[in-house]
Amino acid sequence: MFAAIFGSVEQGIIYAIMALGVYLSFRVLDFPDLTVDGSFVSGAAVAATMIIFGYHPVFATVVAILIGFLAGCVTGLLHTKGKINALLSGILMMIALYSINLRIMGLTSENSIGKPNIPLLKAETMFSEFKSFWSPLGIDTAINNFLTMVGFENLPSTYGTLFIMIIITLIIKFIVDWFLKTEVGLAIRATGDNKKMIRSLSANTDTLVIVGLGFSNALVAFSGALIAQYSKFADVGMGIGMIIGGLASVIIGEAIFGTKTIVRTTIAVIAGAIIYRVVLGLALRVDFLDPGDMKLITAVIVIGALILPQYLEKRREKRRKAKRHAERLLEHEQLRMKERSALAKAQSD
Amino acid sequence: MLKLNQINMVFNEATPDEKIALDQINLTLNTGDFMTVIGSNGAGKSTMLNVISGALSPDFGVVEIEGKDVSRMPEYKRSQMIGRVFQDPMAGTAPSMTIEENLAMAYSRNKKRALKKGVDKKRRELFRESLETLHLNLENRLNAKVGMLSGGERQALSLLMATFTQPSILLLDEHTAALDPSRAELITNLTKQLVEKDKLTTLMITHNMQQALDLGNRLIMMDKGQIILEIGTEEKKNLTIPKLMEEFQRIRGEKMTSDKALLS
Repeated sequence: MFAAIFGSVEQGIIYAIMALGVYLSFRVLDFPDLTVDGSFVSGAAVAATMIIFGYHPVFATVVAILIGFLAGCVTGLLHTKGKINALLSGILMMIALYSINLRIMGLTSENSIGKPNIPLLKAETMFSEFKSFWSPLGIDTAINNFLTMVGFENLPSTYGTLFIMIIITLIIKFIVDWFLKTEVGLAIRATGDNKKMIRSLSANTDTLVIVGLGFSNALVAFSGALIAQYSKFADVGMGIGMIIGGLASVIIGEAIFGTKTIVRTTIAVIAGAIIYRVVLGLALRVDFLDPGDMKLITAVIVIGALILPQYLEKRREKRRKAKRHAERLLEHEQLRMKERSALAKAQSD
Repeated sequence: MLKLNQINMVFNEATPDEKIALDQINLTLNTGDFMTVIGSNGAGKSTMLNVISGALSPDFGVVEIEGKDVSRMPEYKRSQMIGRVFQDPMAGTAPSMTIEENLAMAYSRNKKRALKKGVDKKRRELFRESLETLHLNLENRLNAKVGMLSGGERQALSLLMATFTQPSILLLDEHTAALDPSRAELITNLTKQLVEKDKLTTLMITHNMQQALDLGNRLIMMDKGQIILEIGTEEKKNLTIPKLMEEFQRIRGEKMTSDKALLS
């Protein structure tokens, strides 16, 4: 149980980078960008292919990020210059990337042009590289000894992945926070908030949408590249429903932790991604559910995340109103009593 | 400063809904001119403003700003030189962003936006000082989201944002029309104050005759896409509403009396 939840948390932190990308497009730019399903795989495919070719995993990941950026920019171009509906430009890019991803992974095969997956079983990844630095430190055994003492069983073999991912994801979070406060970032936020206004303040909203989507998909591809290295394979189907998962993370996080400031919202999105993965992981442990049910479970979680906050908010509001009303009634009553006693006093005088 | 040369604009051309929005408009504003524009609905006032700002591009004709032909310049580039306030108080500000963030975006209107902090200490001080001139206590609410402000407060902020970088031209499109009378008066006074401070070249559309007479040094009346009356500085000083109505009647004849209501 502990190991299963631990794995979900690890994955959740990696997927959180993707969720931050979805937050940028969906919330900040107000652009429902479905490119994500394709650009996530592109990140994975590029990283896996380059690792197979013997490039350093970090370099492979950086290239994956750039490819994600490009994919987002193309979606932005389709929408702004091609005047194609936002949803449709994302969908077009998503299916185009499907073929492109097959071809990217096909580069590793001599017999065929396209290839649906790449295993990375024996290859060096960012995580295995970090592990060789981490293991000699002896932190894993220390933590596990402690946890066994407290009575846990089935402990994970290493905490290095979790550690490095927390660092990377927090760095990304700080970059996003900082970026959204720069002059360009402010203009991008205003583009999602009030296009007419920011155009009247001499900002090229087309460029901002393109750059914004590029940044968003760069994060998504980064997450894809990391997931490929974490799970040691890239698969052309690994991005299906990714946007829904990202959206679920954003919505769950926002509903639980609020959206008061950007700093808070980005941490909420990260927490949302972790919660989402844990819930998904727990759901899959239920006996009658099969891994094939995952997308169905995803859909149910997202529907719940969309409906529940509304319902809770309404109930909270109603209770608050009822309480306030009762207080006011009491105040009135007290006021009337006072008046009456004052009147009685005046009469008796 | 601003020159409109033979501007023509037709909507829904060659359909039964065809409408000549602007018909050979010629107009020159000198530096520091403050012109008020009146006319009934559909006269072409807003279309003219949109042609100047670049939101619409005219079918024919040339728009010149500071002696430069800007007819082909996209809206966002032209906005470097043009400040705008819209009728809808929601239109001029970004509701989910804070007051200081909105001002920061106005501040970088005529500069290249870079990857540096939008609001730093120095700018915050500058924003605070400018907000103080509004006397709305907004200087103490720099981190409040603009969506929480009232319509009047938002419009005052929009006005400040539009004039913040001293644009070559200020366009006001019925910017007090959506406010209650006392708020409208506040914004009108503020407009006067801000325009006079920087001697901004201003074009203001209004449906309020008194406002059209009180503000500015020139006045034009539009109808059916044409400028039918132009009143200069000297003449405007002695202008009254009855006189203007009389003039209006003389030019328009008797047939359109129903529009009188709109102008009173």
